[in-house]
Amino acid sequence: MNSTYFIELFLGGLTRGSIYALIALGYTMVYGIIQLINFAHGEIYMIGAFTALIVSGALAFTGLDPVIIFLISAVVAIVFSAAYGVTMEKIAYKPLRKAPRLSALISAIGMSMFLQNYVLLAQTSDFQPFPDLIPDLKFLKPIENIMNTTQFIILATTAVVMVLFTLLIKYTKIGKAMRATAQDKIMAQLVGININKVIMVTFLIGSSTAAIGGILISSHVGQINFYIGFIAGIKAFVAAVLGGIGSVPGAVLGSFVLGLTESFGTGYISSDYEDVFAFGFLIIILIFKPSGILGKPTKKKV
Amino acid sequence: MQNPLKQITPKDIKRSLLMALWFMFLTFPIMVIKVNTITDTVEWRWINMFIVGAATFIFSHVWKVLIDRKEGRMAAAEEPEKKAEKVTLRERLEEKPAIVKTGSLVILGLAVLFPIMTGMYQTSIMITALLYVVLALGLNIIVGLGGLLVLGYIVFYGVGAYTYAILNYHFGLNFWLALPLGGIFAMALGILIAIPVLRLRGDYLAIVTLAFGEIFRIVMENWNALSFGPSGIANIPRPTIFGLDFNLKQSTNLTYYIILVFVVLTIFIVRRLEDSRLGRAWVAMREDEIAGESMGIDMGKTKLAAFALSTFWAGVAGVIFAGKTTFINPASFTMWESILVLCMVVLGGMGSIPGVITGALIITLLPEYLRAFSEYRMLIFGAILVIMMVFKPEGMIPAIRQKYEFKLNTGKNRKGVK
Repeated sequence: MNSTYFIELFLGGLTRGSIYALIALGYTMVYGIIQLINFAHGEIYMIGAFTALIVSGALAFTGLDPVIIFLISAVVAIVFSAAYGVTMEKIAYKPLRKAPRLSALISAIGMSMFLQNYVLLAQTSDFQPFPDLIPDLKFLKPIENIMNTTQFIILATTAVVMVLFTLLIKYTKIGKAMRATAQDKIMAQLVGININKVIMVTFLIGSSTAAIGGILISSHVGQINFYIGFIAGIKAFVAAVLGGIGSVPGAVLGSFVLGLTESFGTGYISSDYEDVFAFGFLIIILIFKPSGILGKPTKKKV
Repeated sequence: MQNPLKQITPKDIKRSLLMALWFMFLTFPIMVIKVNTITDTVEWRWINMFIVGAATFIFSHVWKVLIDRKEGRMAAAEEPEKKAEKVTLRERLEEKPAIVKTGSLVILGLAVLFPIMTGMYQTSIMITALLYVVLALGLNIIVGLGGLLVLGYIVFYGVGAYTYAILNYHFGLNFWLALPLGGIFAMALGILIAIPVLRLRGDYLAIVTLAFGEIFRIVMENWNALSFGPSGIANIPRPTIFGLDFNLKQSTNLTYYIILVFVVLTIFIVRRLEDSRLGRAWVAMREDEIAGESMGIDMGKTKLAAFALSTFWAGVAGVIFAGKTTFINPASFTMWESILVLCMVVLGGMGSIPGVITGALIITLLPEYLRAFSEYRMLIFGAILVIMMVFKPEGMIPAIRQKYEFKLNTGKNRKGVK
């Protein structure tokens, strides 16, 4: 057990945690506002990754600089993912606002199946190698064996996204409206907030961050298929619950805790039981803190 | 109902055109471009773009008409006078319990004759469907009546199946002994899981049960000494009776009748439970835990009872499943299966027995008979789930709440009201 191995696992855990955090943000925001577990959120992440793959593949023949191709495909992927998120909300969730909560959940599950099979049929069921477009950063050369370029970019991007996101929630008008809607929908409407618009923006932002996660992880892992969204979605959901669902800092914290638990668990104990560590840890936390690490205990009212 | 085509205005056409354009844009990268990064080829499929556009154009009209109708129905429901005029089929049936009774008997008769009327293949499909009916009815106790969301229900099914497989492998335990044992083990695990999570509410409970489900599957995949890992346990004996030697067809038929008996038994028990003290406590728990508690219901006990009864059925169904397929491995007990069972309960109508049965039959049989469109069946299935929920969120056959009201003059003081 040397310290390099420890640092390696630690950074691996942080990388994982960053990706979970990017996806979990969307989960927790949607949950905070409409109390829906958006099962199809992972599919948005997958669609983001696929769109980036397709666009970069189509642009490969133009002979542009790989970095520019990467940036263009990232932007296109984010735009399309956001569009998918908003459309999904309009079709599958908006008509169910007043329906029982479980019905909306089943609708989300149906949407998730639909999107998975849509990509499967329109594209392919095989794993597709994701083009390696990010050049190695020179200043990372000395610590290459602990942290490679994609890891660095994942950590840096996540940090930037988190800061922007916090600023958006805290200081902008729409952020204020979102917080108000999360607190009390009827009251928010009374003070003149258009909650339909707020919900739309929530899906827009959540889907965009999920797409960023999708693009980053695909360049890190190097291959994607139509099924990546489901597993990542479940993990991110676990992370959001771990931190206290509905709470944005909770989702970020939960994601990092989950990522590190998995990384150290697989590194020091056994890789067969990777998911057992994540889920076992979740159960233990929830038994002692039933509303997650940062979740506020729900007030009991009759 | 007036002809919906007559109502199409230029505004609608413009709306649909915009929708079509939006979907053409939305599906552009995934439907039109196909990149193969292994061979470095790009394929442009422009034809798909027009298909999407045309399909959206037509579909958006249908969608609009259906949404308008749904909203009209909801508005009508808010005006009680209008609602009272409309007598539903359901209410008419309730007036004449004899029809319901005869109907149920006819269905039961058909179910008994089913293996004789059809071949072994159909019987085998029906066994699977009925297994899911038992599972869905079991889950309905927790989700539909108790209002607790459980996402790892298939674990208990798995425990039942593994109980039979492992005990048979090591000790040669026969099917009939395994049947109650599987149920009891599943129930024991159910109670064991329920105790620590009693404090959890709503979605936290859902995620913890999901976590338990995944842990079970991963442990079964890796604990080779116990479960033989992903390769599973094979050669599990089919059920027999009186020590007779059965051929494949006969034992399939026997399995069919066993599961049929269990379906009937489950329906009977759940039906009796619904109106019992415990059943009413479950409904109280679903509606409002605090209010229920202040009425003197022990919520802890009520929750445990819901878990215990519900998981028992899953365990029993698991034993029958192992006996039917003669081979089990962890791949049969994924989270996806749990989600599917939940879909059956919600799609059919939470808390309603005929609804849950219909939901289970549709969800198991639909993909089976959609095999003609084998590639598209999961796509269609997903779309059906969304559409069903959008247009009938309360399920196909919603549960009726027993309501006692006092009515003058009519002489009738009990009426089922939704």
